[in-house]
Amino acid sequence: MSGRVVVTGMGVVSPNGVGLEAYELALREGRSGIRHLPELEELKFGCTVAGVPQGVDEMAEEYFAPDELLAMNSSHRYGCIAAVDAWTDAGFERPDPNDDDVHWEAGAIIGTGIGGLDTTGDKLVPFVNAGRVRRLGSTMVEQIMGSGVSARISGLLALGNQVTANSSACSTGTEAIIGGVQRIKAGLAERMLCGGTEGSSPYIWAGFDAMRVLSRKHNDEPERASRPLSASAGGFVPGSGAAVLHVESLESAEERGARIYAEILGGAINCGGHRNGGSMTAPNPNSVQRCIRQAVEDAGITPDEIDGINGHLTATGADSSEVHSWALALERTPDNFPVIASTKAMIGHGLGAAGALESVACLLMLGGGFMHASINCEDLHPNIEAYAASVPHVMREKPELRTMIKAAFGFGDVNSCAIFRKWSD
Amino acid sequence: MTKDEILERVIEIVRLYAKDDDAMEAISLETNILQDLKVNSARLVDVILAFEDEFDIEVEDEDADAVDTVGDAVELILAKVG
Repeated sequence: MSGRVVVTGMGVVSPNGVGLEAYELALREGRSGIRHLPELEELKFGCTVAGVPQGVDEMAEEYFAPDELLAMNSSHRYGCIAAVDAWTDAGFERPDPNDDDVHWEAGAIIGTGIGGLDTTGDKLVPFVNAGRVRRLGSTMVEQIMGSGVSARISGLLALGNQVTANSSACSTGTEAIIGGVQRIKAGLAERMLCGGTEGSSPYIWAGFDAMRVLSRKHNDEPERASRPLSASAGGFVPGSGAAVLHVESLESAEERGARIYAEILGGAINCGGHRNGGSMTAPNPNSVQRCIRQAVEDAGITPDEIDGINGHLTATGADSSEVHSWALALERTPDNFPVIASTKAMIGHGLGAAGALESVACLLMLGGGFMHASINCEDLHPNIEAYAASVPHVMREKPELRTMIKAAFGFGDVNSCAIFRKWSD
Repeated sequence: MTKDEILERVIEIVRLYAKDDDAMEAISLETNILQDLKVNSARLVDVILAFEDEFDIEVEDEDADAVDTVGDAVELILAKVG
């Protein structure tokens, strides 16, 4: 065993593009997937814009059986479409439901930050409160349990290895990928579907709106509302969707002649312990830097090998301190700082799906040799003006792009960081 | 409502949950919902709820437990709708 792990399939359901082709095109064009949602205005949200993948219900009818659809809320639909797409993109067929063969060597870690709150809000709570428990039917538990999406995926694809769901708030998607890599490196699985999913529902977003951490000042211009790195950033725009990577041991990939997108060189996961400025809602900068350094160490590279950064960068006050953390951890100065961008500027903050959606962006950029624009930060935050040359306002062709680093930080002061290297055999 | 009308609507409901296409093609009053159509047993609850909605009836748990075949369902519904 070489201990090397590669990505051989991807699936993505993003507010600015469903499917790899549409997503890559949107990233290249710097196209926003943020739209005004009248429902949020009716419900008196401060933020009335959000990122919601388009056309998913129609797709879901093609992908899933009628009884499956009756048990799938938005988070399930996004996650399962992304997983099935990653599986077929990796060169596998969807198994016949009547075929009893199980893929014992393949598992899934598909996390979610909040879970199936649309089902909870639309059905569970009103029915229970009205004394109509009996009318809930059989599909309630699977739609609200944390592992509902991974459970559904295991049945769709006959997975027989570990099938679970992780949850670490906005770090979830990246954490899932690292978890799958570690399982493969430990020799416990050959292939893992890893990623995150988050549904679209006012119930998911309301708590953030109440905290006043969502954007409120750009409701009339949705495409400009998500403004990471900018002086006018006033909170994040809620997003939703899913992304799943088909992660595989290099041996398995080579043996079956699979197309390889990239190698996952390494990663790290940690927590700041709510100390040194860290809290339930803010990251301990020491733990952020430590996580990045550990990822670099785990990857067996030196910090100067990093060519591009896909930051967490949500469009809150934390963006500029994040940039400074990147500089410290990677031992860079403004003069030699790598190119850095926020995918959230286009798709909003996909919460538990964010780290996976943005990892797919990294892999598409490595494969396509480009760095997408970090839109909506023409007015770069004054604290990071020194780094202006590293922030692309339009897409940059970067055929030399070889190694990308992706980090995600979540409520609870948790961090995860993964490093991807373009595959060149 | 005639028995045939009820049967037709019952068939459309169980079609959503049926996992055996051949058995679904050959569906009759004798077809066993779980064994022949391979409906997931947990979903029988949803099939009964769908009958309630479709025919505007209420089905007690004991009555629901006695439904094995398509014919059982049709008879139960017929008795309720009169």
